[in-house]
Amino acid sequence: MGTTNPDLVELRDLKVAFDGVQVLHGIDLTVARGEALGLVGESGCGKSVTWLAALGLLPGKAAVTGSIRVDGRQLCGAERSDLEEVRGGRIAMIFQDPSSSLNPVLRIGRQIVEALQIHRGLRGQAARTEALRLLDMVGIPDAPRRFDLYPHEFSGGQCQRLMIAMALAGEPDLLVADEPTTALDATIQAQILDLLNALRAETGMALVFISHDLGAVSQVCERVCVMYAGRIVEEGSVAQLFSQPRHPYTRGLFDAIPRIDGPRDRLIPIPGTVPNPKHLPAGCSFSPRCPYAVDACGSTYPSLEFQGDGRRLACMRPVPAVTTSGEAKRRIHEGLMA
Amino acid sequence: MTALLEAEELVRIYEVRRGIFGRPSPVRAVDGISLAVMPGETLGIVGESGSGKSTLGRMLLGLDLAQAGEVRFAGSPMPRNGTAEWRAMRAKMQLVYQDPLAALDRRLTIAAQIGEPLQIHRLVPRQYQADRVAELMEAVGLRSDQAGRFPHELSGGQRQRAVIARALASRPKLLVCDEPVSALDVSIQAQVVNMLRDLQERNGIGMVFISHDLKVVRNIADRVAVMYLGRIVEEASSDVVFRSPQHPYTKALVSSVPVPGKPLEGRMILQGEPPNPADRPSGCAFHPRCPVAQDICRTSSPALRRIGDGRTAACHAVAGETASIETMRRMA
Ligand SMILES: Nc1ncnc2c1ncn2[C@@H]1O[C@H](COP(=O)(O)OP(=O)(O)OP(=O)(O)O)[C@@H](O)[C@H]1O
Ligand SMILES: Nc1ncnc2c1ncn2[C@@H]1O[C@H](COP(=O)(O)OP(=O)(O)OP(=O)(O)O)[C@@H](O)[C@H]1O
Ligand SMILES: [Mg+2]
Ligand SMILES: [Mg+2]
Repeated sequence: MGTTNPDLVELRDLKVAFDGVQVLHGIDLTVARGEALGLVGESGCGKSVTWLAALGLLPGKAAVTGSIRVDGRQLCGAERSDLEEVRGGRIAMIFQDPSSSLNPVLRIGRQIVEALQIHRGLRGQAARTEALRLLDMVGIPDAPRRFDLYPHEFSGGQCQRLMIAMALAGEPDLLVADEPTTALDATIQAQILDLLNALRAETGMALVFISHDLGAVSQVCERVCVMYAGRIVEEGSVAQLFSQPRHPYTRGLFDAIPRIDGPRDRLIPIPGTVPNPKHLPAGCSFSPRCPYAVDACGSTYPSLEFQGDGRRLACMRPVPAVTTSGEAKRRIHEGLMA
Repeated sequence: MTALLEAEELVRIYEVRRGIFGRPSPVRAVDGISLAVMPGETLGIVGESGSGKSTLGRMLLGLDLAQAGEVRFAGSPMPRNGTAEWRAMRAKMQLVYQDPLAALDRRLTIAAQIGEPLQIHRLVPRQYQADRVAELMEAVGLRSDQAGRFPHELSGGQRQRAVIARALASRPKLLVCDEPVSALDVSIQAQVVNMLRDLQERNGIGMVFISHDLKVVRNIADRVAVMYLGRIVEEASSDVVFRSPQHPYTKALVSSVPVPGKPLEGRMILQGEPPNPADRPSGCAFHPRCPVAQDICRTSSPALRRIGDGRTAACHAVAGETASIETMRRMA
């Protein structure tokens, strides 16, 4: 650790409440330079809010506490101008809702040129040349001819590429991509995942990839955080979590995915639903849905602790490390070895 | 055995205007599709966005009119939309689509909405309606204490269960499900998929299951039809399609499914964008994105033909010339 080489982003005890209802319960999370981190979990568990809070993008009614450090600099409660310098410059975000990021009435070339002007002070021909380079980099064919088109004249997959180009305009150290492929067709989704991998290799930027698709996460990330009801419940390397999930929730997420090969058995759902943040169950929030839960799980919340193998885990009754040799583990393991 | 549902050479063309003053140009949303669903069978339909899956689904129920072709239900042609015969038949075939919130009335309790078809079609004497609603709720896994809830007081998965319970009220023989689990989390998705499988097993309902999630389709469907730009390009049993896809588009589709733990490398990633439906490529519509396209693919549109394994495919390279089979092997 030490102050000489701090992590790129460090969130400590990050909490968020809306109208008195707490939705994030103390997130501790770091992103190292150049790494790709996945954030998974069911809808409403706080994946987006975590990063919107970190970037100061939540509405005024949101109460945010804790520490948000970017390159060692504290951002929680920082001045607007400081935040804006980090946003788009050091950290860029692609939002879940694509329509919110591209301005429908501005030609796309102009939008990228503007971003280049704000973040890198480029103007005129230099800005145009750089914009064309970015369009080319994200795989927009025939960029010079399409420079003056409007967003609606591009397909969904191309709009996603345009947003990535905009995000790259500030040469960010970290790209936060919130469900960047959810709205896309399978074949186009594969193209975008491929693009993200290529860009990371080329620019060395770090990536936070928010998704509910564990398959997609495993294809672009090195490390994964599993969130449930506003908390991180397990964190580890992709290989660790995928070959041996220890939190029953992580395990449940894997088991629920239908298989693309082998027998077409009945699916294995996680019973119940995500709790309403207003009425969280006592103790471990997952305990009412957990097949391993014992009485103690309903009274105290297990803290997120480092395990011997380097992962972090918040569970009193984890999936036993040895008996995970079931079907799910085998098929995941085979996949990793293939 | 007669098919529960048969469609023959269905065509649906939309006139789409580009811009306010643009000339309308025809979009062949469904371009000559034939299919059959046997009683108790599930036919999965997959394909790129805009390939005509939803349009086809609506046509199968007579909700969208065919410009050509015919739909037969249990052997007899579909009556005209709006007539009394059509309404009677519609009770036997129900649609479940993606957004349960849009399908439900916010001002009515879910019990009232599940009971609605019973009243409309006068299916059950009034004094038994409450019992039938309770039975339907139980069948889809809703608790009886949820009967008085309003749609916004339920989770997404519970709402979709309510929609399905309502669709089942008239004891349909056929369900057309258009992306019924796409808005749900994977854990809840599994609950609803299992429920649909159980219902089908118990009641022998035939089902058309439209989804872009190939893993879900593989799990629930007996047979799968793959659509590209308004046409079926490959159709076979679920196992056959996913184990050994033959059409290059199906190959790319199956290969693009992100499998946990399986690296991106080695997957088949298509180049290029899906085509504009108003500007259909010549010959085989897939040729601009096809890694094995030859000259003939640019000029002649391949017919859907039987190629063994109970499979049909529409591809010049799959049709049988030795040279092209060689190319396909290299691709695999
Ligand atoms: N602006 C807001 N006002 C009030 N509550 C909010 C707001 N934004 C988010 N929430 C609540 O915060 C919680 C976490 O939401 P968040 O959007 O982070 O979930 P998520 O994990 O990104 O889910 P999804 O997979 O659906 O995108 C949810 O309970 C949500 O309802
Ligand atoms: N009411 C309509 N008027 C004009 N064009 C339409 C209409 N409905 C559909 N289309 C066009 O018909 C084609 C097929 O649309 P359809 O919604 O059936 O596709 P889909 O396969 O269901 O796509 P998705 O996966 O996105 O739901 C598209 O090009 C679409 O733009
Ligand atoms: Mg989100
Ligand atoms: Mg559709």
